Amino acid sequence: MSKPPDTSPPVLQAVDSAPQAAAHARRRHWLRLLARAPLPRLEEALAGMVPARVAWLRPPETGLMMVRGRIGGTGDRFNLGELTVTRCALRVVNDDGAVAAGVGYVLGRSARQAELVALADALLQDPAHGARLQRDLLEPLEAELVAAAQRSERQAQATRVEFFTVARETVR
Amino acid sequence: MNAEFDLAGIGTGLPAPTFDSQRVFRAALHALAHPGEITAIDVGVEAPPGLHPAAAALLLSLLDQDTRLWVAPALRDAVAPYLRFHTGCVPVSAIARADFALAADPVELPPLADFAQGDADYPDRSTTVVLQVRSLGVGRRYTLQGPGINDAAEVAIDGLDDRFVAEWNAQQRTFPCGIDVFVVAARTLLGLPRTTRIGA
Repeated sequence: MSKPPDTSPPVLQAVDSAPQAAAHARRRHWLRLLARAPLPRLEEALAGMVPARVAWLRPPETGLMMVRGRIGGTGDRFNLGELTVTRCALRVVNDDGAVAAGVGYVLGRSARQAELVALADALLQDPAHGARLQRDLLEPLEAELVAAAQRSERQAQATRVEFFTVARETVR
Repeated sequence: MNAEFDLAGIGTGLPAPTFDSQRVFRAALHALAHPGEITAIDVGVEAPPGLHPAAAALLLSLLDQDTRLWVAPALRDAVAPYLRFHTGCVPVSAIARADFALAADPVELPPLADFAQGDADYPDRSTTVVLQVRSLGVGRRYTLQGPGINDAAEVAIDGLDDRFVAEWNAQQRTFPCGIDVFVVAARTLLGLPRTTRIGA
C-alpha cells in the first residue's frame, strides 16, 4: 500500500531556551558516557539505588538502526550499515515526589544494560542521587574512556609514515 | 503544537504489549463482527486526560509507524504525543489522508464524507474512526440492522447526535466504500462497520 509522504509539521519539536540547552547538553554528555559503560559497572554503581516507584514507559526492545556516513567525511551521504540497538524508557518517582523520565539506548541486545542506563539517566536528574552517581560512575568512566581513546590514538600515531616524495593531500 | 516534549508527562502504554494488543485486537474484531454488542476492554493504560481507556488501548493496539492518525483539535495536544511515543504513528492534519481518526465527541467530528472513503478497488483504504461518547448502555436507544445482526439489535448510546446518524445512513449509498467507526466510552467498545444501518 503506497502512501504519499506526509508534509504536515512534526508534532514533537524541541525548542530550547538557554538554560534548557545547557541541561540538555549535560544530559547528552552523560547519556553518551552511559551508553559506553560496561554492564558490570552499571550493576555495581546502581546496586541499592533502585527507587520504589519505577514504571516502564517503553519496555526494552531490540531493533536495527541505520548508520549513515559521508563520503570522505564531507561529501554525499550514504548508508554505512545497520547496528543492533536496544532501547527503553522508564519513569521514576523520587523520594521527594519529583517525576523523572530516563531513556537508555545501548548497542547490542542487552535489555538489562538499556534498563540500567535509563535508570541512571533518571537518577542523574535528581540532585539527591545525581552527585553520587556523578562521582562513582561517570567520572571514573570518563577518565577510562579518555585514556582508551588516547591509547589507541598513540598506537595509530606510532605507525604514521611520512612520504617525502608525495605531496600530502591538504585536509579540507 | 506543543513546543517541549516532556517524556516524564507521558503515561504508560499497554502493560504487556504483545498479549494486551492481541487481546484488544480480538475484542475489536468481535465488536465489528457483532455490531450492537457492547464489548469490554479492560487494560491498565495511563491514558492522557480526555482519552478514554478503551480508546487508548484500541489505538495503542492498532497504530504503528505506517499508520497516519488524525486527532480532533480538542484532544490533539494531550493525546497526539502520547500515541506517537508509544506507537510511532504519523499525526496528520489532513483528514482525507488519515488511516485512523480520533474524536472526543460527535459534535467535533468532521462530516463523515470528508474522511478517506477508499475506492472501488481498495475499499479497505478508508479511515477508521474512533469516536468517544459519554457512555454506552445507557441513554438514547438506537436500532441497528445489517450483517452480523439477527433481525435487529437495540443499543443505547449516550452522546451520539442526529447529524452523525444521518451522515452514517447516507454513506450506505457509496458501499463498498465508506468508513468504519468504533464508538468508545470509558472501558467499553461498540463496533459500527459500514454495513450497519442505524434506526431511531
